Amino acid sequence: MSTPAIEILGLTKDYPIGFWGKQVRRSLDALTLEVEEGEIFGFLGPNGAGKTTTLKLLTGLIFPTSGTARVRGRSIDDIGMHREIGYLPEQPYFYDYLTARELLDYYARFSNYTSRDRRERVSRLLERVGLTSAADVQLRKYSKGMLQRAGIAQAILDEPQVVLLDEPMSGLDPVGRYEVRDIILELKRQGRTVFFSTHILSDAEMLCDRVAVLAGGKLQGVGAPGEIVSLEVHAMDILFELPPGYDVPPALRKSVTRIGARCRLEVPEAELYTTLDELRRFEARILSVSPVRPTLEDYFLRLVGERRADSHGVEASVR
Amino acid sequence: MTTTPVPVALNTFREAVRDRVLYNLIFFALLMMGAAILVGQISIGIDRLVIINLGLASISLIGLVMAIFIGVGLVSKEIEKRTLYSLLARPIRRWEFLLGKYAGLLLTLAVNTSFMTLGLAAALYWVGRPLVRADALVLVAVYFILLELALVTALALFFSCFSSPMLSTLFTLGIYITGCFAGDIRAFGEITENPAMKTFTRVLYYLIPNFHNFNVIAAASHGERIPISLVAHNTLYALLYMALLLVAASAVFSGRNLK
Amino acid sequence: MSRSGQSRLRSTALVAVALLFILIAGLQRRIDSDMDSLAQQSDDLLLRSPAAIQKMSFGYDSLLADIYWTRTVQYYGSRFTVKGATFPLLWPLLDISTTLDPHLLVAYRFGAVFLSESGTAGPGRPDLAVQLVKRGIASNPDEWQLDMDLGFLYYWRLKDYQSSAAAFLEGSNKPNAPPWLKVMAARVAQKGGSLETSRMIWSEIYESNQDPKIRERALETLRGLKAAEDEVELNQLADEYQKRFGHFPTSVGDLRSAGLIQAIPVDPDGYPYVFQPDGKAALDPESSVIIPKEIKGPPPELNKTHS
Repeated sequence: MSTPAIEILGLTKDYPIGFWGKQVRRSLDALTLEVEEGEIFGFLGPNGAGKTTTLKLLTGLIFPTSGTARVRGRSIDDIGMHREIGYLPEQPYFYDYLTARELLDYYARFSNYTSRDRRERVSRLLERVGLTSAADVQLRKYSKGMLQRAGIAQAILDEPQVVLLDEPMSGLDPVGRYEVRDIILELKRQGRTVFFSTHILSDAEMLCDRVAVLAGGKLQGVGAPGEIVSLEVHAMDILFELPPGYDVPPALRKSVTRIGARCRLEVPEAELYTTLDELRRFEARILSVSPVRPTLEDYFLRLVGERRADSHGVEASVR
Repeated sequence: MTTTPVPVALNTFREAVRDRVLYNLIFFALLMMGAAILVGQISIGIDRLVIINLGLASISLIGLVMAIFIGVGLVSKEIEKRTLYSLLARPIRRWEFLLGKYAGLLLTLAVNTSFMTLGLAAALYWVGRPLVRADALVLVAVYFILLELALVTALALFFSCFSSPMLSTLFTLGIYITGCFAGDIRAFGEITENPAMKTFTRVLYYLIPNFHNFNVIAAASHGERIPISLVAHNTLYALLYMALLLVAASAVFSGRNLK
Repeated sequence: MSRSGQSRLRSTALVAVALLFILIAGLQRRIDSDMDSLAQQSDDLLLRSPAAIQKMSFGYDSLLADIYWTRTVQYYGSRFTVKGATFPLLWPLLDISTTLDPHLLVAYRFGAVFLSESGTAGPGRPDLAVQLVKRGIASNPDEWQLDMDLGFLYYWRLKDYQSSAAAFLEGSNKPNAPPWLKVMAARVAQKGGSLETSRMIWSEIYESNQDPKIRERALETLRGLKAAEDEVELNQLADEYQKRFGHFPTSVGDLRSAGLIQAIPVDPDGYPYVFQPDGKAALDPESSVIIPKEIKGPPPELNKTHS
C-alpha cells in the first residue's frame, strides 16, 4: 500500500468568537480522510461546511486547533511539503499591477529553473489555459474567468504531484468549465492527484473517482459518487393513467402529481406491489414503473435540510 | 543563506515603481531643491547652509512619509487583498516573505533617497560652490537618514503584521515622534523630583528607538566633523533594532491565521 | 506550523528580543557620549531664529518653549562639569525659549545668573543677560523679581551702581515687592559696592529663586563672600598683631596665642584660614571656597555696560 497522496487525521479548527474570545465556532470537526495517489477527489458541501477551511489548513494559511495532515508523507508543518502541492484559492486575487506572464514568472522564481526554462514553462502554461493573447495585459484588466485561468496556471506551474483547487469552476462559462475539466483529466493522466472542492455536483459526478461530503464541519460520507447515492433508500416511480370518471384512490391522493391525464406517484420499493394492486382496482392503466435514481443533488439537499434543522445546537458551544 | 526573499523584494520594488509613488516624490523633491536655490539667491553667505538644511530635511521628511505609508501596508494589504494566499502555498517561509517585503521597501527608499541626494548635490553645485571636502558630511547625514528610515520601516512592518493600516500609522508615527524627543523626555524626567518619573523616563529612553541619534543635519550644514565612532555605533544600533523588530514581526506573523 | 513549533518559535523570539534590547540599551550609552562630543547639538528644527521657530510651531508655542527650556537646563548642566567648556548655545536657547513663551520667568532668571557668568561657568555675556532680562520685564511688568535680577546684574557684573539702584527702585514699586528692594536701592545709590550689600543681594537671590542651580550658585557665592569678610577682619587683626609684635602672624594660631581671637576661625568649608608672607589672610589651598572675582578686580570695560 503506497503512501496516500493526502492524509488527514482528526483535523479540527476552532475560531474564537465573542468579545473575550472564550467561545468558539468549530468550523472543522475532527476530519479524517485519505486521498489516494492519482485520484481525482471531490470535496462537496454547502457554504460554510468547512471545505475552504480544510484547504487553507492543508496549505498552511491557517493552523489547526488539533489534528494533523500529511501530503505525500510530509507533514503540513514541513516547508518542503509545499513543493508537492499547487493551490488555487477560492476567488483568487493577484497582484493587479502585474501581467499574467509576469505573475507566473514571479511565482516560478521560488523554484530553481534556469531563466530559459522559466520562460518556456510560463509560455507553455499560458497557452494551456488559453491566456496567451492576454499574457501581457495587466491582471487588473482581466475578467473573472480570465483570472480563474491565471489561477489554475499558477497552481500547476511547478508541476506539483498534488493539486488543490478551491472551486475551480467558479466564474467560468460552460466553455471555460469544459477546459478546466479537461485540465483536471489531463492531470490525472499525468499521474497527479487532484483534490478539489465544488458546488457543481454534476461535475463531481462526472470527474471524481471519489467524493467526500462535508456539512457543518463534519464529514458526512466518503465514497465513489455512485456509492454515496446508493446509500439512499430506493423508491419506485409509477406513471399511470386514470380512465375518465375515475379518480385517484383517497389514500394516495396526497402523493400523486397530475400532469394532464397522467399521474405520477413515488412509493418506497417495499410498497410497490400493494400500490400497484390498489391502482388496478381503480382501473388505472399503468404506463411505466421505474426506480427512482437519486442524484447527488437529492442527497445534498436532504443533507442541507437536515443541517438546517439542527443548526441551532452547533453554534455556541462553550469551550 | 536563503535567496527566497530576493524575488519578493524585487517584486515589492516593482510594485512601488508601478504605483507611481516614486515619480511623484521625485518631482516634489526637485521642487524643493528649486526652492532651495531661490532661497540661496537671497541670503548671501549662508546659501550653502540653507540648501543643505532644507535639502536634508526634505529627504528625511519625504522618506519618512514613504516609509510609513507604504510600510504599514506591506503585510496588511496583501492579507486584505488575499494576494498572499497563492504565494504562501509555495515553498516560502513566512519570515522569508517578511524579509523580502522589508528589503523591497528599503530598496525603494534607497533609490529614492539616492536620487534626491543627487539633486541636492546638483543644487549645491549650482549655487557656485565647488564641492568641498566638507560636503562629504552631507553624505554621512544622508546615510544616517537611511538608517533612520530603515528603522521606521521596520516599525511599520511590525505593526502591519497584526493591525490595520490606520492604527499602524498612528503607532509608527507615535513611536517616531516620541523617539525624536527621547532625549528631552529623559531630561525632563531628570528635572522632576519624582523618582518614579525619573526611572520611567530613563527606561523609556533606553528602550524606544532613539531617532535623535541619527540627526546630524546641523553638524553637516556647519561643516563639523562627525566622529567615526558615531557612524559605527549608529549603524550597529540600527541593525540591532531592525533585527529586533524583524524577529518580533516574524514571531507574530508566523502564527497568524490568514482570514 | 504545529502548535508546539509555534510556541517554541515564540519563546525563542522573546529571548532574542530581550537580548537585543539589552544590547541596544548598552549601545545607546555609547552613542550618547558620541553625541556629546558633537559641539553642534542638533536642533530638530534646524533654524536658530526664534521668529522662524515660532512660525513653524503650529501654535504649540508653550510646549516647544518647555522643550527648549528643558534643553537649556540640560545643555548648561552637561557642560558645566566639563573642563574648558564654552557655552555658545546658551543664549540662543534662552532666546528661543523666551520668545516662544515670554512669560517663562524661570528662563529669564536663569539667564540673568548664568549668561553673565564667565570663565568655566558661563559664556560671560552680561550684556546679553541684561538684554534678556529687560525683555522679560517688558513682557512681565508686574514681576519684581526681574527688576531685582536687573539690579543684580548692574551691581554685580557691571558695577554700574546708578543703573542698579534705579532697577531696584523700579522693582520696589511693583505689586508684592518686598521692602528690602527700597533699602537696596538706597544702599547701592549711596555706597555703591560693598561686601555687605553683595551678601544681601545674593541672599535674596537664594531666597527668591527655586531653580536648584541658581540656589547652588548663590550659596557658593555667599560662602565666598563670607570668606572675604572674614579675610578683611583677619587682615585687621594681623595689622594689630604686627603693631604689637613687629611682624605679621604666620598662622591663625599665632593670633589666638596673642589673645586676639578666642577660637580658630574656619572658612565655610571648615578649613582654617592661613596667612601669606605679606601678612594677608588667605584661604587654605585645599578649601573649596572661592572668593568671587567680582569683588576683587576692577569693573569690566565700559563699552560692555551699554545696554
